[in-house]
Amino acid sequence: MTMMKKLLTSAVASALMVGGAQADISDNTIKIGYLADMSGTYRDLAGPNGLAALNMAVEDFGGKVNGAKIEVVSADDRNSPDVASSTVRRWLENDDVDLVAGLVASSVSIAVSDILEENDKLGIVSGSAASSITNEHCTPNHIHYVYDTYPLANGTASAVVKEGGKSWFILTADYAFGHALESDVTRVVEANGGEVIGTLRHPFPTPDFSSFILQAQASGADVVALANAGADTTNAINTASEFGITQSGQTLAALLLFLTDVHALGVEAAQGIQLTTGWYWDMNDETRAWSDRFMEKTGVRPTMVHAGIYSSTLQYLKAVEATGSDDAQTVRKHMMETPINDMFAKNGRIRADGRMVHDMYLAEVKTPAESKSEWDLYKILRTIPADEAYRPLSESKCPLVSSK
Amino acid sequence: MTQPVNPADIHNTILAQQKAEDRKKLAINTVFIAILLVAPFVLYPVFLMKILCFALFAVAFNLLFGFTGLLSFGHAAFLATGGYTTGYLLSQHSGLTTELGILAGTLVATVLGLAFALLSIRRQGIYFAMVTLALSQLVFFFYVQSPFTGGEDGMHGIPRGELFGLISLEDNHNMYYFVLAVFIACYVLVQRVVSSPFGQVLRAIKQNEPRAVSLGYNVDRHKVLAFVISAALAGLAGSLKSVVFQLASLNDAHWHMSGEVILMTLVGGMGTLLGPVVGATFVVNVEYQLSQGPLRDWVDPILGGIFVLTVLAFRNGIVGEIQKFVRRNLG
Repeated sequence: MTMMKKLLTSAVASALMVGGAQADISDNTIKIGYLADMSGTYRDLAGPNGLAALNMAVEDFGGKVNGAKIEVVSADDRNSPDVASSTVRRWLENDDVDLVAGLVASSVSIAVSDILEENDKLGIVSGSAASSITNEHCTPNHIHYVYDTYPLANGTASAVVKEGGKSWFILTADYAFGHALESDVTRVVEANGGEVIGTLRHPFPTPDFSSFILQAQASGADVVALANAGADTTNAINTASEFGITQSGQTLAALLLFLTDVHALGVEAAQGIQLTTGWYWDMNDETRAWSDRFMEKTGVRPTMVHAGIYSSTLQYLKAVEATGSDDAQTVRKHMMETPINDMFAKNGRIRADGRMVHDMYLAEVKTPAESKSEWDLYKILRTIPADEAYRPLSESKCPLVSSK
Repeated sequence: MTQPVNPADIHNTILAQQKAEDRKKLAINTVFIAILLVAPFVLYPVFLMKILCFALFAVAFNLLFGFTGLLSFGHAAFLATGGYTTGYLLSQHSGLTTELGILAGTLVATVLGLAFALLSIRRQGIYFAMVTLALSQLVFFFYVQSPFTGGEDGMHGIPRGELFGLISLEDNHNMYYFVLAVFIACYVLVQRVVSSPFGQVLRAIKQNEPRAVSLGYNVDRHKVLAFVISAALAGLAGSLKSVVFQLASLNDAHWHMSGEVILMTLVGGMGTLLGPVVGATFVVNVEYQLSQGPLRDWVDPILGGIFVLTVLAFRNGIVGEIQKFVRRNLG
């Protein structure tokens, strides 16, 4: 029913456009709401600097699109779906916000996507990891932009096996996210001819990883994979570095690790870790130029999430400019039809399930000898093509895909 | 010289005074209810419902902390249990009407409350707080692991459904008045409990437990009952919250939530009826206003500062201090 209504509205909207109606933008304002963790665990990877990245995209448009003013509002979601949903409801129902950007904690993104669908507004998820956001939780009203757990497991595992890491030991955070990563990694490792010789589950969160790391070391596996996130990953890496895991010839593979985490760990502790990233600031002239601009404003180098927030906002504004509309379905349709080519992604495209697929990269953290400056942290080992990296649509549980 | 005093006169004067007092209370309550009835037309209803849910949670907590003197550090477990149970039942059984789902959530939280109470009530002070904290952490880990809660992603898309199968709660105003009705009913219930003989015994236990024992009261039984009522109301708050927001998340089960309700009660004024309501309104508002503004990086330090300030300088909380002021200057 709602689906029908949406199709109808978008049909009407496009019919109007063909008629040459200029500026079908409500209140003659494009309002973007930036919602992210501004004070908690995820502050560094998106947070206030993500807002700076978003504002850079608005600046590129001179603060105006098709004569309509671009306004940005922002709020802290405190990593709580309650706070997020009451904020977003108010934004959509009372304040006429057209786009919700940012969105980091998975629980927040899923809660917000339900509200977006109810109000038929658009949201772009840049910070969340859960691949369920465009799988069983997909809606016609949100786009998942930067990365998700599927390419993290898939990319890292298949690439590392191909690089010669045949036997694996997986250290898993004992909750749904960790279990999902563990099963994804196991599947990919076995499909590529590798073998998982042991798994170990640790409680979430764990401050002391000594006993787990010792068992991983004693297993003699080529690769020790960390199927956890945030503080657990950094704690595990610190402990692994104290026990000299990478120095003794084992490869440490982190499945979810951000540039800011590596920066905080330092190359001494993090050297040699392999990970998958959607973007790195020091890849080419274009990324470096943008990162310099970003650094001028914030004093740090951008993570892939920061770059994704900038890129997705830019693509959104371009779509608004091209369609002359702020209607969610019209804009989303245009975004889906237009390949993404900017400093963040080359030939990126948005699929029917809302997943933006683009090339991912297998990176290795540099050694102290290789690292020339504070933020000179990764070397890119290989590019993982978009189609290999992301979950194929044929495996999708998203109803939007089957209806296509 | 001395005038003969007629005992009937004294009786009448007391009655008249009591009547005047009652009338004043009634007037105040009427004004409050009138404000609450009009509020959704002025303010955003979902935000108001959030305040009401947390206010109910704080009222429940205050019954135990403010009136019985038992500091539970595990009330998040009841909030979450109510929310998850209601959310799960409403999502799985489309035939279930909303009020039955809420009732079931409350019931499960009540049973859990009884289990907590029986295990923790034998200890006092900090040990009691630690036992409740430990038990609520067990509950937290259960919810982290259970597939039905959606783990850290949370439980989403809980249908609001229809009240008694008739009134659609999808409408924010209908939902608001339902939450308001439940809230007022619970508030009145707590008021009755506190002013009943049972409530007097609870106060006696708070002030001097050995004396209450020596007077022949079965202190443990009173404590267990107070704990169970408190857990039931906390569960009800969680159930309502899950229906209002259409989601239930791990945040509700986390010990931060147990801490937050202590903050609300202390800031509002523990041991007063209205205190937790004012405290919840205050904390939810401060969080919301700060998270929108330039100070959003500082929400937690500011709330922490307010907590320290309250404990050091305004130990009676907002309502307690106002009452003291009124008594000193106008009484």
